[in-house]
Amino acid sequence: MSDVLDRRFFLKSTGLALLGLGLAPGFLQRAVAQETRSRRTLVLLFLRGGADGLSLVPPVGDAAYYAARPTLALPRPGLEGGALRLDAAFGLHPALSSLLPHWQDGSLAVVHAAGLHGATRSHFDAQDFCETGTPGQKTTPDGWLNRTLQQLPEPSAGAFRAVALQGTLPRSLQGSAGAVAVEGLNSFHISGKGGLDSFEALYAGAVDQAMRSTGQEAFEALRTAASAELSQSPPQNGAVYAKTPLGRRLQDTARLVRAGVGLEVVATEMGGWDTHVGEGAATGQLANRLRELGDALSAFAKDLGPRLANVTVVVMTEFGRTVKENGNRGTDHGTASAMLALGGGVRGGRVYGNWRGLDGPGLFENRDLAINVDVRSVLSEALQATLRPPDLGAVFPDFTRSRVGLFG
Amino acid sequence: MAASQTFRAGHVFFSQRMARHFLPLTLLLVGCASAPPASSAAAAPSTQLPASGWSEDKQAVHVLNRLAYGPSPASLAEVKRMGVGVWVESQLHPDTVEDAAVEAKLARFHSLSMSTAERLSTYQPEAKLAKERGLDPADPEMRAKLLEMLPMSALPRQMGIELVAAKLIRATESRRQLQEVLLDFWFNHFNVAAQKGAVRWMLPSYEQEALRPHLFGSFRALLGAVAQHPAMLFYLDNWTSTREGFDMAGALRSVGATVPTKLAAVGKLGLNENYARELLELHTLGVDGGYTQADVREVARCFTGWGIEKPRQVGTFAYHPRAHDTGEKHVLGHTIPAGGGMEDGERVLDLLAESPSTAHFLARKLVQKFVADEPPPALVERVARTYLETHGNLTAVYLALFQSPEFWSDQAYNGKTKTPLEFAVSAVRALGGTTYGDAPLIKALDGMGEPLYRAQPPTGWPEVATPWVNAGALVTRINFALALTAGRIPGTEVSLPPNAHPESAGAELDALARTVLHQPLSETTRATLLRAVGHGENDVMPDGETRPVDPTKVAGLLLGSPEFQRQ
Repeated sequence: MSDVLDRRFFLKSTGLALLGLGLAPGFLQRAVAQETRSRRTLVLLFLRGGADGLSLVPPVGDAAYYAARPTLALPRPGLEGGALRLDAAFGLHPALSSLLPHWQDGSLAVVHAAGLHGATRSHFDAQDFCETGTPGQKTTPDGWLNRTLQQLPEPSAGAFRAVALQGTLPRSLQGSAGAVAVEGLNSFHISGKGGLDSFEALYAGAVDQAMRSTGQEAFEALRTAASAELSQSPPQNGAVYAKTPLGRRLQDTARLVRAGVGLEVVATEMGGWDTHVGEGAATGQLANRLRELGDALSAFAKDLGPRLANVTVVVMTEFGRTVKENGNRGTDHGTASAMLALGGGVRGGRVYGNWRGLDGPGLFENRDLAINVDVRSVLSEALQATLRPPDLGAVFPDFTRSRVGLFG
Repeated sequence: MAASQTFRAGHVFFSQRMARHFLPLTLLLVGCASAPPASSAAAAPSTQLPASGWSEDKQAVHVLNRLAYGPSPASLAEVKRMGVGVWVESQLHPDTVEDAAVEAKLARFHSLSMSTAERLSTYQPEAKLAKERGLDPADPEMRAKLLEMLPMSALPRQMGIELVAAKLIRATESRRQLQEVLLDFWFNHFNVAAQKGAVRWMLPSYEQEALRPHLFGSFRALLGAVAQHPAMLFYLDNWTSTREGFDMAGALRSVGATVPTKLAAVGKLGLNENYARELLELHTLGVDGGYTQADVREVARCFTGWGIEKPRQVGTFAYHPRAHDTGEKHVLGHTIPAGGGMEDGERVLDLLAESPSTAHFLARKLVQKFVADEPPPALVERVARTYLETHGNLTAVYLALFQSPEFWSDQAYNGKTKTPLEFAVSAVRALGGTTYGDAPLIKALDGMGEPLYRAQPPTGWPEVATPWVNAGALVTRINFALALTAGRIPGTEVSLPPNAHPESAGAELDALARTVLHQPLSETTRATLLRAVGHGENDVMPDGETRPVDPTKVAGLLLGSPEFQRQ
């Protein structure tokens, strides 16, 4: 790590100056060149608890869907409380209605059914595997997002290069590449008057190299946040965010994108998807979660306006749920679910994945939606469309991806 | 290998009680030229420490940084009064250290003294409580609605609150500091996570019954206690592992028992390799310890049937003979004959505990913990040798560490970065503080990235600095330092020393820095701090009075400083 920090520090403090003198070593030239071209930002939104893909994007053309879910199935499009029509086979949950315009303008796509081969029905293990990107391997030390960052040159202003908008760094962002976890930009400041200056001076004099360079990163980020008045920056284009946790997090994400602070990766999360009991259909618990999700995403897209072309949002969950509803008008832990992709580069307006129905080959262990597309294939394509790490094999080791064609 | 090489005979004066407990050590000493004095009368037993050339103050600060959660004014005075060697020796025998005040403070945590079965019946899962009361468990408002009907203390959260509070109280105030440091180390080595299924009901028992009794004993005993504990069996899924094709539903039906619907749906059971793999990789041999995938599978076969009696109702260890694979197994080149039962697993633990790979893996981790993130190879080698010579006697291993020149080297002094737990607790201790382990302190640790008992992966929390040093975490640490000194962490209090130098801001600053950092301030740091508190060296008001410096502000800056992040 100290090598990494040394290099980062060196790059920041000397890279541009050396370049000006024509003395920069090759890696610095590459790093600076990389920095000058505008990179895309990847936003990863994790739905924790196992979101029910069959309610997010119900297969309304499949009679087996209605047979399996007498109280939970969404009625066909056009009926009262019915799904919103996507194509002949699929609908969108009506609580996600604010996302429909993005489907229609081609910036929103669905992958059905996506899952992680070799994962489990335990929330604990399945989330872990989704975030390390190595199902079955519990001791992988770093996450797939961090391994991506490790392959890319350090940007010159990296304070907000990789941000987790949540209290702690998720497993996907853990590793040797720097990443900042902030609960919200509102709380990202040093309390008290003059504290920032004092601590900055103290850390500039730190004997320990890692403390000194991390301090520099932190104070750079704090100053960026303070000088751009990031936490005050209002939404643009008439966007209005609901006052929900996800709304606040996506609003902060948009602030960081607009501020041009070199943002490459954002990871954030939303809970409340473990619908074992009383899941509901067009209204009810799941519908409430979905409204929060859809409204926050559409406010984010509106807020960014044309900037959405440089931002790609991927929505995923650790597993789907049982095809049949259970005895409590809910669903239990299953296997595959739906993924959403929104924004720049997405070839939207389509449902990807070769749908195999809800009986026969489409059913796993006679209870779950079977996996049509491995989550890692989708994430690999999202990385190719945004951050372009040179070695995807190191991001997802021991995995052969298959083409989804989600990004154009 | 001669005993004198390992123990430098005569450097250690063992108490009689210790000799009884650690027979292998006694045996080694029998052959030594200079046996301990027959009667040391008034002299307290002391661990002989190598010459470091350090002042007694520096030695005391160092042992409190490494064998404790940092110096407090009281503990520093105690170490100096007792002598460093005597204090170390007493810490190696925690039951000789009086600690009644802390035990009394913990008495109010009822969930910690219950059996696992009592906890399972007292603290029913929230979803179950909700359903019984006609609430929707998936409703985000469910908990709030439930709390209108039930006191917080009836929810399972209460167990977690008490467990974490007790850990924080002990870390801050216990006089048996090394015991608490080692409990944290071995818990982390054998990590289990509260958020997985039934584990949280089993955690107090895991600490009290599997870990605590063996912290100073043999590694084999510790390993065995962990292997049989329901928390580990559940966390790493061994309780679900059976011989291939085991028809449990059929077995239940054959004795007329009801078959749970979930079990009936699963059909035939089989091997789960999760525990076997982590046992080899994380608990004993290490990832490069020379085992194969075939070994993992064979080890898993040996542990089939090691399960849990009704995990959601009773939660004790149970061996299920019918689930056990009785075939012959081959583990690490040894044959375990067919026809065995539960002892197959015990035999595997014997093999692993005796392995040189295990000795080196554990030695490396302990050197990392107590000496340096980059462990000096020669020290790892010596500590591993001690492990092998004493058949895994942990106290002998700790002694080999604490008596090493590397432990007492200038590189080791302030050479490690504090984990969030070490940082937060050492900050409270530095200012002579106390805690009830209330929510604000717990939340502060969550914010710094170390939510206690919730390390999800079996690797536990990292021991080295790298993962802990990041910008967001640093800002959180600084804000914690400011909040703590300003009295904004309710339930945790610090007592700032009275301003002893009202006449001179500089002198007061120096005095506080000595108390908190135990080292003189560099000129630049000193100037920065004086500027920060709005003072020159001797700030004189127009009326000729000097303005006393605000100790709250200075203490906040000192605890948030880069120097205080190190130990």
